[in-house]
Amino acid sequence: MDSPLRREDVAHVAKLARLTLSDAELDMFTEQLSQVLAHANDMNALNLDDVVPTAHPFGLINVVRDDVIRPSLDRGLILEMAPDAQDGRFAVPRILGEVP
Amino acid sequence: MKSAEQISRDVQSGDSTAAAEVDRSLARIRERNSELNVFLYVDEEGARAAAALVDERVQRGEVIGPLAGVPIAIKDNMCQTGIPTTCSSKILEGWRPPYNATVIDRLVSAGAIPVGKTNLDEFAMGSSTENSAFGPTRNPLNLSRVPGGSSGGSAAAVAADMTPLAIGSDTGGSIRQPAALCGIIGMKPSYGLVSRYGLIAFASSLDQIGPFAKSVMDAALLLEAIAGYDCMDSTSLPEPAPSLVAHVNDGVAGKRIGVVRELIEGADDDVVVSVRRAIDVLVEAGATVVEMSIPELRLGLSAYYLIAPAEASSNLARFDGVRYGNRVDGEDVTAMMEATRTAGFGAEVKRRIMLGTYALSAGYYDAYYGQALKVRTQMIDAFRRAYVNADYLIGATTPSVAFEFGEKTANPMAMYLSDVFTIPTNLAGEAAVSVPFGTGEADLPIGVQLLGPGRSEAGLFAAARVLEMANGGA
Repeated sequence: MDSPLRREDVAHVAKLARLTLSDAELDMFTEQLSQVLAHANDMNALNLDDVVPTAHPFGLINVVRDDVIRPSLDRGLILEMAPDAQDGRFAVPRILGEVP
Repeated sequence: MKSAEQISRDVQSGDSTAAAEVDRSLARIRERNSELNVFLYVDEEGARAAAALVDERVQRGEVIGPLAGVPIAIKDNMCQTGIPTTCSSKILEGWRPPYNATVIDRLVSAGAIPVGKTNLDEFAMGSSTENSAFGPTRNPLNLSRVPGGSSGGSAAAVAADMTPLAIGSDTGGSIRQPAALCGIIGMKPSYGLVSRYGLIAFASSLDQIGPFAKSVMDAALLLEAIAGYDCMDSTSLPEPAPSLVAHVNDGVAGKRIGVVRELIEGADDDVVVSVRRAIDVLVEAGATVVEMSIPELRLGLSAYYLIAPAEASSNLARFDGVRYGNRVDGEDVTAMMEATRTAGFGAEVKRRIMLGTYALSAGYYDAYYGQALKVRTQMIDAFRRAYVNADYLIGATTPSVAFEFGEKTANPMAMYLSDVFTIPTNLAGEAAVSVPFGTGEADLPIGVQLLGPGRSEAGLFAAARVLEMANGGA
């Protein structure tokens, strides 16, 4: 395929990633991301059916610590840095469709 | 400028004071920062207070640590309590972390004095610092050239003698590439050697913190001080810091150096000449040379530019205007998050988030992300085979010397190609160091890269030291 990525693919991905794109940005990103994916196509020519994927250099599984209670960060300090807080919690605009 | 080793010795012995060393560093920063845009934040007050504390302890006869009174610059993607930490992004502007990264705690307990936070490509995504929301950093050696990236500010701080040491992070070359372009030493340690706790994540399976310095000895001193197991990072290697300083002068006699075709081919002629000269120096010092080809390395760039964005798209989902940083209002929570992210992230960060989201999305996961993970396995196996016949590998750090501003910004793929020689080490979780060796076009420095298997830092520093001495280093 010439371009692995269509304009509507980029629009869809932007929506998934919670980003708003202008028309000009959509054009630019479609072209640029297509170039990167085209470069990745040299991998897709390989037959790697028998190769085990590596997601992490050590292949670590379930690193756990002793179940001991330790002090954690102060809630007040954390909320002080939040854009909005109320009653000891993070505050956000309404989530449901009706005004409470 | 005095080496970190010398400063520490002078401060401990009373020949100098931490206060005097910090003042000198701050004066130099004041003198050059407006021109170079290296520091996003300078913590004069905190640095002076920390220096006074070190000096008091010396007065009481205490032994401070290997970095007593040494000013150090911190890449602005590492958390320091109460100090603005931006990742060079508008989305975190004004945020002050409520905790220290483990590296900050270790530096302070070794006696070092963090003096400020350095500029980077936004969220460490880039190779020139041109992606910073707060303007690019200039290369101290040539103001019309980039310092490299993403840790361009930290590399420039050391190159401009603002601090003898700096800390950076390397996900695909972000320490080694700017070290090469600024003519200093930069090492990407083995994955897990330095705790990532408090390093704001870009690609968690690739990110690693490491040192910048003007000499191999200073780099070893710094890495030894920050390395070692940390219970706050579940990917931290469960072992103490390796002994590095004691081995810096071990030399390379009897070592087998693999000259890797794929880490040289495609580099500019001046770079190739330097690499070949470096090989001659190592041979003269008693190493033997094995010419080899590792074709799997050619796939590194493709695999990296799917794996790193995939991890980034997940890591950067947390910047949604709820818990920290800036918020742009919206009529409901989704609109608020979308408005916040759209206004807060720059173009390169958006590019990588979308690329990663695409590579992980239904229907494309196997073809892109899954395939890249298999290529990663092949790369690890290929390195393992290479290290049967060689102790270390050698190649170029970058294909060219420092490039001009704007030269690669319009074409992301061209920018990505400047990391082609550094990326494989991150995918394999191994170690590599860039050493300045010779100069090229416009009299700019060239970096030679030495690579080794996991936990080979001591040997890599010893080999780097051989090149440093031949390059006129003390």
